[in-house]
Amino acid sequence: MLSNTGITLVILTTLLSITVIYKSFVDLHIKNNLVNQKILNLVTFQTTFSILSFIVLIVAFVISDFSLVNVYENSHTKKPLFYKISGAWGSHEGSLLLWINILVIFSFLFLVFTKHNNKSYLLYTLIFQNFLILGFLIFLLINSNPFSKIYPIPIEGLGLNPILQDPALAIHPPLLYIGFVGSSIYFSAGIASLISNCRDKFFAKSIKPWVLISWSFQTLGITAGSIWAYYELGWGGFWFWDPVENASLMPWFVITALMHSVIVLEKRNSIYSWVIILCLLTFTISVTGTFLVRSGILNSVHTFANDPSRGLYILIFLSLMIFLALIVFFRYSKKEEYNFLLKSKETLILANNWFMFFFLTAVMIGTLYPIILEVLNNTKISVGPPFYSAVIFPFVIPFLIFMALGPKINWIKNKYKEFLSNFLILIAAIILNFLIYFLLGKYSIISNLIIISSIFLIIHSVKDLLTFFKNKTVSDISRIISHLGFGMLILFIGISHNFTTENDFNLKVGEKKKFSVYQINFNSIQMENEKNYKKIVGEFRLINLKSNFEEILYPEIRIYEQPETLTYEASIKTKLSSDIYLTMSNISRSDYYNIKFQKKPFMIWIWISAILIASGGFIRLIKIKTR
Amino acid sequence: MKKTFLKLILFALAIFIIGTFYVGLKKTEIYDTKNLIGTNLDNFTLNSLNEDLEINQELIKENQYNLINFWASWCGPCRAEHKYLMNLNRNAKNLKLIGINFKDDKKNANKFLSKFGDPYHYSAADSEGKVSINFGVYGIPESILVDNNLKIIKKFIGPLNQDEYKDIINLTK
Repeated sequence: MLSNTGITLVILTTLLSITVIYKSFVDLHIKNNLVNQKILNLVTFQTTFSILSFIVLIVAFVISDFSLVNVYENSHTKKPLFYKISGAWGSHEGSLLLWINILVIFSFLFLVFTKHNNKSYLLYTLIFQNFLILGFLIFLLINSNPFSKIYPIPIEGLGLNPILQDPALAIHPPLLYIGFVGSSIYFSAGIASLISNCRDKFFAKSIKPWVLISWSFQTLGITAGSIWAYYELGWGGFWFWDPVENASLMPWFVITALMHSVIVLEKRNSIYSWVIILCLLTFTISVTGTFLVRSGILNSVHTFANDPSRGLYILIFLSLMIFLALIVFFRYSKKEEYNFLLKSKETLILANNWFMFFFLTAVMIGTLYPIILEVLNNTKISVGPPFYSAVIFPFVIPFLIFMALGPKINWIKNKYKEFLSNFLILIAAIILNFLIYFLLGKYSIISNLIIISSIFLIIHSVKDLLTFFKNKTVSDISRIISHLGFGMLILFIGISHNFTTENDFNLKVGEKKKFSVYQINFNSIQMENEKNYKKIVGEFRLINLKSNFEEILYPEIRIYEQPETLTYEASIKTKLSSDIYLTMSNISRSDYYNIKFQKKPFMIWIWISAILIASGGFIRLIKIKTR
Repeated sequence: MKKTFLKLILFALAIFIIGTFYVGLKKTEIYDTKNLIGTNLDNFTLNSLNEDLEINQELIKENQYNLINFWASWCGPCRAEHKYLMNLNRNAKNLKLIGINFKDDKKNANKFLSKFGDPYHYSAADSEGKVSINFGVYGIPESILVDNNLKIIKKFIGPLNQDEYKDIINLTK
């Protein structure tokens, strides 16, 4: 029943996409300044059907309708409601439906909110967006249908991979997808802008809100993924430079570059072609990332859903996109003259782009080079964190300094006067750095420089923030917050990376262990039954011998039944100053448990900083709306 | 002229990348190391974990059956399969276990073995993971069953489970 409803809704959405494309082409030839109301109605229906189909899938998961293969494979009656719902996008098929929904919703919103603009630009955007929608709908229908039936109907489902049952991971795909897939709208708009000759300032204004939305959500999405890795994987790290993580980071670099370039286009009516390239590149790289992750070509530890036939489809689609973008770009782009002065705001905003492209290139080489080498030469190499540390970290230093100084410079031409205050801020940053150094221990030169430059950026941003509160004339509060967030992010990553203390030992119930200023007592162990798993909970008392501070920690070993899996849940006590991180794992045929203790300074501030970065985008969005 | 050149380069680059992806997709069997079954192991040389011995194919020829197990102390699933390795060491009479410690810190590796028990007849260290790649190993844990002629009998990708444990016991009877 649900299966038929779902498929019907998807087919209706598909038919409406075709109709929208047809009607839009017809409307292009009608001399009228407004988009035909009928098209708007069609898009509204299309959006409604598409959302309904996704709701049907969620309902199927909630009521555990195992007649759907997808529900059978990814759910279980005993699963908590929250994870039943998130199961709807936990699999490849479901997430593809989510992907389509976002494409459709963005196309609808773009049409509604850009109502009064150039008609042919709007129609072309709609046409290209609907080609994208159609492409993914066909993919869904022929290859990855979430509504496929199974007979006889199984009584029980196979369950969702326990490691994926986590709140941060449940919201991770939707957030990331709004970012990834949201970028489709300015891919379509970019092509439309070239063809309809609706360029420059106007184009920048029309795409800016969508760039901000997708950028902010993608920032949050990446953060949620890292939080998941930190809490769930049990290694105490939060970023592993895994190819799958890189696939989400690469589009972020391009969107960030785009977000900055769009401002130059809006204010100075320049670098139009470059903005178009970035628009086209963002979605192309997002789809490339999806291809890498879904096709199994990467062979990473994260690849949970792979199938070469999917890969082939996405690849065909990707090639069409790339060639369409290239052909349209070369056919319609015009030569532009640039004359920026070196000491101008536009030059420094573009400095952001150089860095973003450098980081992008580095991550791309690290991710793609092993694949290329393997195909050409059958040689296998693996690129790990040392490569990224060596290539990326040194460049973070000038990047942070540019981030601090860039916004201070005027448009067009600037005379630099604030040398003294910058010098003082630099001195303050160096002093603070050495304070950190003496308080926490020693670390490398590059870390010192990174910390100094991040403090330099933080002080600059705080100074701007104070000026903002004093006289509300400073308009770019969103920029200040995002840059402050970024400075803090790098600072806290630097501190946590350098000053984490770690200890690894074996204990039996009743035993205690002393190390540095701590003592850990292993008080007891208990077996408990939860709804969909059993757990072994250890009770540990952690005593700080110096301050006599005590804390009780409960790390867990969880035994899931469907599918049978063992996961180690860290017990994490988060405080503003540091996280205490304790994991426990059993040792076979022994009463001993292996205990891993970590004290990680300022961990929570890493998440706060990342959220701060994203909130800058949202603030700018609200400001655009109220204006 | 300049533009045509740029066009050419960009199109060539796009074709190259897409082509590579396509070939990569078609070549997925290179990831599926199962096609190595029946072939012979290449020669290899590794230092033992405690650096007192050179471990190479000659040592393998001494035993009727060998299970080469790739593991690391940082690898969660390796802990899960460890009990099967311990049991194999105890129960499979004609089998010797050879552990290859993959991209690991030797100190941590030794700690791991003293904690969970050492099932290995020989322990080798591949701290950069380069030699393991020649065995067709990309992710760990992975185990390869080899006879004394260096012929690969079976490969086990991912942590060993009860069924695979029984399988190995039967194969090495």
